[in-house]
Amino acid sequence: MTEAREPLWEVFVRSKRGLSHNHVGSLHAPDAEMALRNARDVFTRRMEGVSIWVVPSAAITASSPEERDPFFEPAADKVYRHPTFYDIPKEVKQL
Amino acid sequence: MAASLSTEGLQQEFDRLVADDQRIEPRDWMPDDYRKTLVRQIAQHAHSEIIGMQPEGNWITRAPSLRRKAILMAKVQDEAGHGLYLYCAAETLGVDRGELIDLLHSGRQKYSSIFNYPTLTWADVGAIGWLVDGAAITNQIPLCRCSYGPYARAMVRVCKEESFHQRQGYELLYALTHGTDAQRAMAQDAVNRWWWPSLMMFGPPDTESTHTAQSMAWRIKRFSNDELRQRFVDMTVPQAEVLGVTLPDPVLRWNEDRRHYDFGECDWDELRRVVSGEGPCNRQRMEHHIAAHDEGAWVREAAAAYAAKHAAVDAAA
Repeated sequence: MTEAREPLWEVFVRSKRGLSHNHVGSLHAPDAEMALRNARDVFTRRMEGVSIWVVPSAAITASSPEERDPFFEPAADKVYRHPTFYDIPKEVKQL
Repeated sequence: MAASLSTEGLQQEFDRLVADDQRIEPRDWMPDDYRKTLVRQIAQHAHSEIIGMQPEGNWITRAPSLRRKAILMAKVQDEAGHGLYLYCAAETLGVDRGELIDLLHSGRQKYSSIFNYPTLTWADVGAIGWLVDGAAITNQIPLCRCSYGPYARAMVRVCKEESFHQRQGYELLYALTHGTDAQRAMAQDAVNRWWWPSLMMFGPPDTESTHTAQSMAWRIKRFSNDELRQRFVDMTVPQAEVLGVTLPDPVLRWNEDRRHYDFGECDWDELRRVVSGEGPCNRQRMEHHIAAHDEGAWVREAAAAYAAKHAAVDAAA
């Protein structure tokens, strides 16, 4: 017997107030409400979170790994965007 | 957009990432055999977590106190969660969970041979926690550094939760070995029956292990079966002394030259029999899983119908 496949959801958990939601994994569920309940049971059995987001995996647009080099290339040669690029006179105690 | 690299170039990039101890992620190119090996291993691991709920679930209704019952329920629930983490990790390789469950039911994918042994007494619950989960942790800790990202991440979560499993088992056995004579005898009997099957969990000896060399080259595995088995024995013998049980191996003794315990040979014929379906509980485990899956079909169908109905209402609104 083959059943219709339940959609896949990506799960994000905020571990405590003040921190952002982090991706923790994925799960199948027929709808968003069930996805939230399942996510609670699968990922927060030990108080790992105070808030959960579930997002349909199909709604995510991702950069492709094959495009990696050209896609991120503009950042590669701009070392002057880092504070360590600059020489500061030793006499300056704190900057 | 980058022109697509030749297979040779892709293979070189894959080899470089693995050699560099970086992680391979789902959308990276990977050799077909690497993908196949991972699907086989992760699916077998997921099936083991789910089938592993049965021997312990057997004792939930008969746990001797509310405390022990609550602990055992939490542990069995954890095993379900571990199965889900692992099925999701397998699915990132392009297989479907339903497909994997069909492969399990038709016997084309396996689960750990250890779960084909029966849990005859309450002490078996303790022996499983201490020895079976102890062996599983020994196996799983190096898998947290496995070259495939989703599998490694699932293992990190599993290992965190697994350590409670081993400790509750040890505590349970400790209560028995410090109880009445009958309780001590029950604990010893459970250890006698679970010791050798636990050693077999690490798989056949290195000389006969067909997948080890390639898996180590791919950094899926970090240590060989025999290395992990030795590590487990070295860790467990002192724990058995504190517990006050003997391990059923007449040649088990400390070897000062090797700085390891020497131990006897597993009955590899027994392992082969259990893996090929002739263990004490193989049929029972599979029948139970198929029945639970089939009997739960109406719940999945109802949830799907509810979701479809509400999607239609939302679309109309």
